[in-house]
Amino acid sequence: MWVYEKKLQYPVKVSTCNPRLAKYLIEQYGGADGELSAALRYLNQRYTIPDKVVGLLNDIGTEEFAHLEMIATLIYKLTKDATPAQLEEAGLGAYYVNHDQALYYQNAAGSPWTATYIQAKGDPIADLYEDIAAEEKARATYQWIIDLSDDPFLNDSLKFLREREIVHSQRFHEAVEILKEERDRKKIF
Amino acid sequence: MPESYYQLMEKIQAVDFVLVDLTLYLDTHPDDLEAIKQFNQKAYESKQLKAEFENQFGPLLQYGLSYSNYPWNWKDAPWPWQV
Repeated sequence: MWVYEKKLQYPVKVSTCNPRLAKYLIEQYGGADGELSAALRYLNQRYTIPDKVVGLLNDIGTEEFAHLEMIATLIYKLTKDATPAQLEEAGLGAYYVNHDQALYYQNAAGSPWTATYIQAKGDPIADLYEDIAAEEKARATYQWIIDLSDDPFLNDSLKFLREREIVHSQRFHEAVEILKEERDRKKIF
Repeated sequence: MPESYYQLMEKIQAVDFVLVDLTLYLDTHPDDLEAIKQFNQKAYESKQLKAEFENQFGPLLQYGLSYSNYPWNWKDAPWPWQV
């Protein structure tokens, strides 16, 4: 089971109400390479991955929920004081009609989250390579959002999250090597 | 919230970040004794800091991993996204 802790993984601040940036950031909430996809992908794959790397999938998957909460907090803070007119001006008029100020799992273009974003192939190498690709795509997405953002507080949080994608990717690379080593050892004996 | 809330919270976040990162590192480097020593040291520091925080600002953990005051204060605001 999981235990909730009343804290964010990293301090989250924004400079000002800015629904335009929230519209982009929602990509990392309900987009293909966003934090929801990441958490659900790893925690689902862990049941059928070899024991040697279950712990890693379990722990990275759990950290992704902390990242999802940071993204939600950023979107909430960027939009909570926005008027309907400001939301509309930022391109969120349709979103407002659908959801008011509520958060919704969709990507930056408005498509709702779907399980087709994630895969569970059962083959451990295939699954881990998907995980590596997902981390690298999420890292790139964070960079593109930072490039569009002029909010130093938001960018500070996004840079933290971008660095975590790099660490996760490196750990998944190590997991691949651990499994290859084990496979080769089995051939010798 | 008072300034001390943010200061103490940031100390906890810093120590707990080391613990998260060391956890992932140890998942793929389980024989690194120095890393395990650092992990256990940081786990101790985290517990000390959280006891201090909870005395002032209420429980951090759900389902009995933190004690409650009277009346029940787990459900009290602020939640992390509200500060």
